[in-house]
Amino acid sequence: MQYSSQAVAKPYFVAAIGLFVGQIIFGLIMGLQYVIGDFLFPAIPFNVARMVHTNLLIVWLLFGFMGAAYYLVPEESETELWSPKLAIVLFWVFLAAGVLTVIGYLAVPYATLAKLTGNDLLETMGREFLEQPLPTKLGIVVVALAFLFNITMTVLKGRKTVISSVLLLGLWGLAIFFLFAFYNPVNVVLDKMFWWYVVHLWVEGVWELILGAMLAFVLIKITGVDREVIEKWLYVIITLTLVTGLLGTGHHYFWIGTPEYWQWIGSVFSALEPIPFFALTVFAFNMVNRRRREHPNKAATLWALGTGVMSFLGAGVWGFLHTLAPVNYYTHGSQITAAHGHMAFYGAYVMVNLTMISYAMPLLRGRQANSEKSQVLEMWSFWLMTVSMVFITLFLTAAGILQIWLQRIASDPQPFMVVQDQVALFYWMREWSGVIFLAGLLAYLASFFVGGKPAEARAS
Amino acid sequence: MSGVFTKSMARNVFYGGSVFFFLLFLGLTFDTVRALPKRDMRHNITPLVAEGKKIWETRNCIGCHTLLGEGAYFAPELGNVVARYGEEGVKAFITSRPADGIPGRRSMPQFNLTERELEAITAFLKHVGTIDTAKWPPNIQG
Repeated sequence: MQYSSQAVAKPYFVAAIGLFVGQIIFGLIMGLQYVIGDFLFPAIPFNVARMVHTNLLIVWLLFGFMGAAYYLVPEESETELWSPKLAIVLFWVFLAAGVLTVIGYLAVPYATLAKLTGNDLLETMGREFLEQPLPTKLGIVVVALAFLFNITMTVLKGRKTVISSVLLLGLWGLAIFFLFAFYNPVNVVLDKMFWWYVVHLWVEGVWELILGAMLAFVLIKITGVDREVIEKWLYVIITLTLVTGLLGTGHHYFWIGTPEYWQWIGSVFSALEPIPFFALTVFAFNMVNRRRREHPNKAATLWALGTGVMSFLGAGVWGFLHTLAPVNYYTHGSQITAAHGHMAFYGAYVMVNLTMISYAMPLLRGRQANSEKSQVLEMWSFWLMTVSMVFITLFLTAAGILQIWLQRIASDPQPFMVVQDQVALFYWMREWSGVIFLAGLLAYLASFFVGGKPAEARAS
Repeated sequence: MSGVFTKSMARNVFYGGSVFFFLLFLGLTFDTVRALPKRDMRHNITPLVAEGKKIWETRNCIGCHTLLGEGAYFAPELGNVVARYGEEGVKAFITSRPADGIPGRRSMPQFNLTERELEAITAFLKHVGTIDTAKWPPNIQG
């Protein structure tokens, strides 16, 4: 750690990991509800568990992004953070907002929560991923703006690098597109259309800029490859991302009432969306192969390579699988979508955050890398979580193919619930894979508590 | 990544390409918004339909169901549910949910909707069923 204000990143990373654990627990609850329908009913109905699962994911990824920004921006800008105090205040505000929101979801019926939190003043609730009550949504805006102010001021007073500019662009985009969460017209087609301005332009747009910047930063640090080379790659990757991803939004405009020309635009451009992810994979492997130093943090290197591969598989390959309009006509809104969602989020955004945490946490704790023993455990957790996520995806894909066949293609299409009963075997296997994932996550937690002599760089 | 293609060239391609495609996306959005009145049946959005959308949102229906294929995949598609079960069928289903669920089965909460609220949610779902969705879903099972 070169600047003392980088230390504010630590609570952000700790909170991110804590909420990650909560997300997985609720994931397991939902997985069980898929096969034991009345599990925890009526205390925690499926829709409540799902809100907690997805909202915790979003909040912990945002904690990770903010922590990453607080860690890397001072180092890139070669100056202390503009205001470490503000960063700490915002941490507690954001954590309180997140925790209170989850408690609200669990403690009272959703309609009551809506009434209590002023949804009648401005109706924004009850839309997928944007379920947060109005005060939470406003809180997100306030925290995001204050955070961006802090980071932007730091960049402005210091050295300007490509990594920090790309990160800033991504973070500003994140905040700006979130504003569409406040637009909820009564016309459901318009509602859905602009809902994707938040959701798609986040995960297949500006978040990828953040991802690229985080990965580029870690790769410079662990490989020692010339900044010029890495920054050029970063530009190429994010160019490909936005050129394909912006019009790729069209793959959400096939069947929601929008004009049919989107079937062509969406199919063509989203078919190209795997390219930036492929470039990301090639980038990560290339830089590690051309490394000029042997960084003692092997675990961080593994996470960095894993991010490339798994984001390509999850977002790229599993996205392409169902993105062409004639295919999507059958797969739309099936378990195929769930399969893709799981591997894409894990491969891209979970893994890039864990890459950053893996690299930065030892430094925040006063050593260049954790002990060999700790790293071995962390690498076990990498493989347990990653392989079990591959299996979750495969089982959901199998369930999806059967579902589509029985419900939408067979000569005598069967009702939704009749079909669900027939594919239950795959939901059981998904749940067991989820248990392995949790085991991997527990191993990950444990790796933070394994002591020993910090690993040292070997001469290359 | 040879020396011919410099970092500043990469930067210019990024900003140029991104701005171009963002403007193109905005243009297409604008065109779509203009074309929507012919497809989204907005002339049928009565105050009752609007009320129904609010019921839909404040009961977090999307947390289990899909609507035009978007949402959760735990329970059936509802964009065409009125066509599937009829208005009375939809109302009867909603009102007959046991408060403690059905043993071992996926259970929908009992929302205790008033007569007016039942009318509203049904009117909303019926309206969504009339939107021109390019013939999706493939069949009545959704």
